[in-house]
Amino acid sequence: MIKLLNVSKSYPRTGPALEDISLHVPKGQFVFLTGHSGSGKTTTLRLIHMGERPSAGEVRVSGFSSQRTSRRELWKVRRRVGFVFQDFRLLPGRTAMGNVAFALEVTGTQKTEVRPQAERLLTQMGLSSKTGSMVHELSGGEQQRVAIARALASDPLVLLADEPTGNLDERATRGILELFWKINALGMAVVMATHDLELVRTYPRARVLELDQGRLVFDSAEAD
Amino acid sequence: MANAVAEAVSGFRRAPLLTGLSALMVGLALLVLGLFSLAAYNLRLALSALEERVEVVAFLREDTRAVDMEAAIQTLESLPGVEDVLYVSKADALQRAMTEIPEIAEISSDLEVNPFPASLEVRFLPGSRNSEAVETVSSAARELPAVEDVRYGREWVERLFSLRRIGAITALGLGGAFALVAALIIGTAIRIAVFARREEISIMQLVGAKDGYIQRPFLLEGAMTGFLGGLLALLLTWGTHRAVSQFLFTVDWIPPNWVLGGLGAGVVFGLGASGLAVRRYLREI
Repeated sequence: MIKLLNVSKSYPRTGPALEDISLHVPKGQFVFLTGHSGSGKTTTLRLIHMGERPSAGEVRVSGFSSQRTSRRELWKVRRRVGFVFQDFRLLPGRTAMGNVAFALEVTGTQKTEVRPQAERLLTQMGLSSKTGSMVHELSGGEQQRVAIARALASDPLVLLADEPTGNLDERATRGILELFWKINALGMAVVMATHDLELVRTYPRARVLELDQGRLVFDSAEAD
Repeated sequence: MANAVAEAVSGFRRAPLLTGLSALMVGLALLVLGLFSLAAYNLRLALSALEERVEVVAFLREDTRAVDMEAAIQTLESLPGVEDVLYVSKADALQRAMTEIPEIAEISSDLEVNPFPASLEVRFLPGSRNSEAVETVSSAARELPAVEDVRYGREWVERLFSLRRIGAITALGLGGAFALVAALIIGTAIRIAVFARREEISIMQLVGAKDGYIQRPFLLEGAMTGFLGGLLALLLTWGTHRAVSQFLFTVDWIPPNWVLGGLGAGVVFGLGASGLAVRRYLREI
C-alpha cells in the first residue's frame, strides 16, 4: 500500500535529508519509525503524504505515484492518508466538534451528515462529553484525540503520526497509543514517528524502522 | 457555495481599504474603456453617416465614345462592393454646379463652352464603404481607356479611420496601465486574505479539500471587486456622458449590450487577477 522505491530527498540549503530509502508498508501494518532528531522521520512522513516530492526515486501510496500525481490530484492522496502532529494543529477558535466538522465539511460531506459523523468520531476517541468544549479548554491528550478524530474524517487507509506523544505525559501517551492500536485493529495501517525507544519496546508486535542520518539502518521485518 | 460567499464577504471586511482601492483601480481601468466606448460609438454613428457619402468619381475624356463609356460602366458595376454607377453628362454637371455654387450660375451665360467633364459616380454597398474598397475601385477606374482622372475623398476617409485607430491605441495603453495596477492591488488583497486564513487553509490541504474548494472564496472576492469596479466605471462614464451632453454637444449613450460587456469585463478581470494571485500564494502555505 505504501512503497518507497530508492527515494532520496535533499534541500537546497541543508543538503540531503534522505538517501536511497526503499521500503514497503502493507495494508493494516503498525510501524514505528524511529531515529534521532534530524534522522529523516518527518521528511519520510511528508513524502508519504505527498506534501513534498522526492528528489530521486518514487513514492507510491494506494495507487498514486509521486511521479504521476499532479498538484490538482493531491486531495485524493490526502483523503487516503490521515496525518497527526506533535503540536495537534487544531483551529484555536473552534470547539472539538467544530474542528472535526470543519474537516468533514471541506471534504464534501453532506451538510446533514456532518454533525452525526463528527459526534461518532469524537465518541470513538472517548470524547463524547467534550464535543462542545473549545480546544484550549482541553488537555493535551484530549486535543490529540480531537486531531486523530479529524484525521479519520475522510476514512483513510493509513494514519501517519509525527511524534504524536511528544507533548504528552505518560498517561496521555499510553491512552493515545492504545487508540492507535484500536484503529490499527480495524485494518488501518499506522506509521508513527517517534524518538522514544521505551515506547517502541512496549509494543513488540509492531514493525520497527530506524533511520540514521537519512538512511534506513534497521528494519525489524528483515531482522526477523 | 454559501460558505464561499460568507468567506468572500468577510474578506472584504478584513481589508476594506485594499478592497476599495482594488475596485477603484478596476473602475479607472474600465472608465478609460467606457470613455473610449462612448467616443467610439458616437464616432461610429458619425462615420456611418459620412460613409454613406463615400463615392468614387471617374471623369471621362472629352472624346469618349458611347461604347467605351458603356464598357466602363459595366466594368465598374462588376467590381465587388459596388452598389451602382451613375452617368453624369457634361450638361448635368454644369447644372449641378450652378445649383450648388450660385456664382457659377451668374457667369454661366458668358461661357462659350461647358468646362465640366462628364463623369461616372460609383456608389458603394453598405459594409463596403471603406478605404480598401474605394482604393480598389479607383485603381480599376484609372485603367479604363474612357477615364481621364479619378477623385475621391481619400484623405478624409483615411483621416477618420486613423483617428479611430489612435483613440483605440490610447485607450488600450491607458486602460492597460490601470489594469496592471488593479491586478497588483487585487493580488495584495488576496495575499492578505490568504495569510489571514492560513491556518484553516493548511488544515484544508491536510485533510484533502479540493483546490477548487479552497480557492472559491478568493475567486469570488476577486469577481465581486471586479463587479464593483465595473459599476463605478459605469457611473463615471454615465456622469461624463451627461456632462458632455449638457455643456458641450449632444452625444448618444452606448447600447445596453456594451454596458453589460463592460460589467462582464470587470468580473472576468477580477476573477483572472485573483485566480493568478491565489494559485501563487496557496503554494506558499
